[in-house]
Amino acid sequence: MSCEDLKDAFELYLLGLAEADERQEIDAHLARGCETCRKNLNDALGLNAVMLASVPNAPPRSRLKRRILAGFGVKPAGWGWLGALAAALMLVIALWLSIQERRRASELADARQNLIRVSVERDRLAQVFNFLNQPGTRQVNFGGAQPQPPRGNVFVNDRLGVLLIAGSLPRLASGKTFEMWVIPKGGAPRPAGLFQSNDGSAMYLLSGPVDIASLGAVAVSVEPEQGSPAPTTTPIIVAAL
Amino acid sequence: MRMGDEREVIGRLLPLALSLAVLQAAVRFKDEADLAKRLRARDPQVMSTLYERYGGLAYSLIFRVVRDAAVAEDLVQETFLRVWNRAQSFDEQRGALGPWILTVARNRAIDYLRSADGRMTASPLDLDRLENPALFAQLEDKAFSIDRSRRLKAAFVKLTEQQRTVIELAYFEGLSQTEMADRMQQPLGTVKTWVRTALKALREELTGAVVV
Repeated sequence: MSCEDLKDAFELYLLGLAEADERQEIDAHLARGCETCRKNLNDALGLNAVMLASVPNAPPRSRLKRRILAGFGVKPAGWGWLGALAAALMLVIALWLSIQERRRASELADARQNLIRVSVERDRLAQVFNFLNQPGTRQVNFGGAQPQPPRGNVFVNDRLGVLLIAGSLPRLASGKTFEMWVIPKGGAPRPAGLFQSNDGSAMYLLSGPVDIASLGAVAVSVEPEQGSPAPTTTPIIVAAL
Repeated sequence: MRMGDEREVIGRLLPLALSLAVLQAAVRFKDEADLAKRLRARDPQVMSTLYERYGGLAYSLIFRVVRDAAVAEDLVQETFLRVWNRAQSFDEQRGALGPWILTVARNRAIDYLRSADGRMTASPLDLDRLENPALFAQLEDKAFSIDRSRRLKAAFVKLTEQQRTVIELAYFEGLSQTEMADRMQQPLGTVKTWVRTALKALREELTGAVVV
């Protein structure tokens, strides 16, 4: 066959649809370097390419790209920055939540401490009211005749102990504390506990049975913060029973 | 603006527009050559660019043939794998990647269709030969130009209904002329005439020759 005879067969040849005799002839022409047939082949390749590209657009699902690239060990680029941004945002959020959580935990601990303090104070006040309401409780006033404070009351109960309520207490120097003493009649002062004042006021309870008959006085002195076995300063309160 | 002024402006702008078009084509050609070079060097990252450029087209073509999204996805994957495996013999300086990839995609789809229909497939050796990258050497990279596409569509619309049918049967169903004659219940000679005249009209529209 001549090149002219084959001219219209190249498109079908490239599609694998040429008749056997035409296919063999085209192969033979190309094999011997026929320029005309090579040009016709290129024209047919061009026409086929445009024909194949003229199909209606049918967008594939986005996962297809990931699937194909995964086959080559490639991670799709383009939206990778979004992942990094999301990771960074997650990190910031996690950090913020952690700080919030720590702050909340700290506030909760403070609240719990306050609750415990209030609870202890409430119990102490309940104890004091109970002490004061007992029929056997005896009250002794002190400091009333003195021109300088402190002033207050000492309550004694043979079953419950000694309760001191004082006001206008002096400000303590650093490393100092108040120490209460119980002084038996004709005896030496015995340590009865350490306490601090709250804005010049204090309420201190020495719990336990006490022999009121042998008790001569209750006193308070300023002592080193670890306390003393015997008064080292002149007592600022002396309540004689 | 007077008519003379307009002509003067067009006269000045036309060379600039042509230069830009030539420059754009040169850049695209260089880009394609770089892609082909990376493909031959077996750089896996190039597959991402290749998919961005031709993945959608390959899928559309395959879907047009098989009409099944899941099958089309499998065949697109097979197409890109085949491109990857055969890239060694692609001429990076002269070949056009797009036409080659579309040919591989079309052959995968037609092969599937014929197998599914129980029809005789073209011999694997024949398909292999028709996808040989060497065939696409010397093919200009203007195959997908908008102008060519527009001209082809215009020419296709001008074909008779029978001519359009045989062209679609050949390109998108992979029917031989004998099979077309059976399908359309027409004499083989008539079908051959439809195919020949249709292809001639389309080809001459693209190459700019006058159809006699």
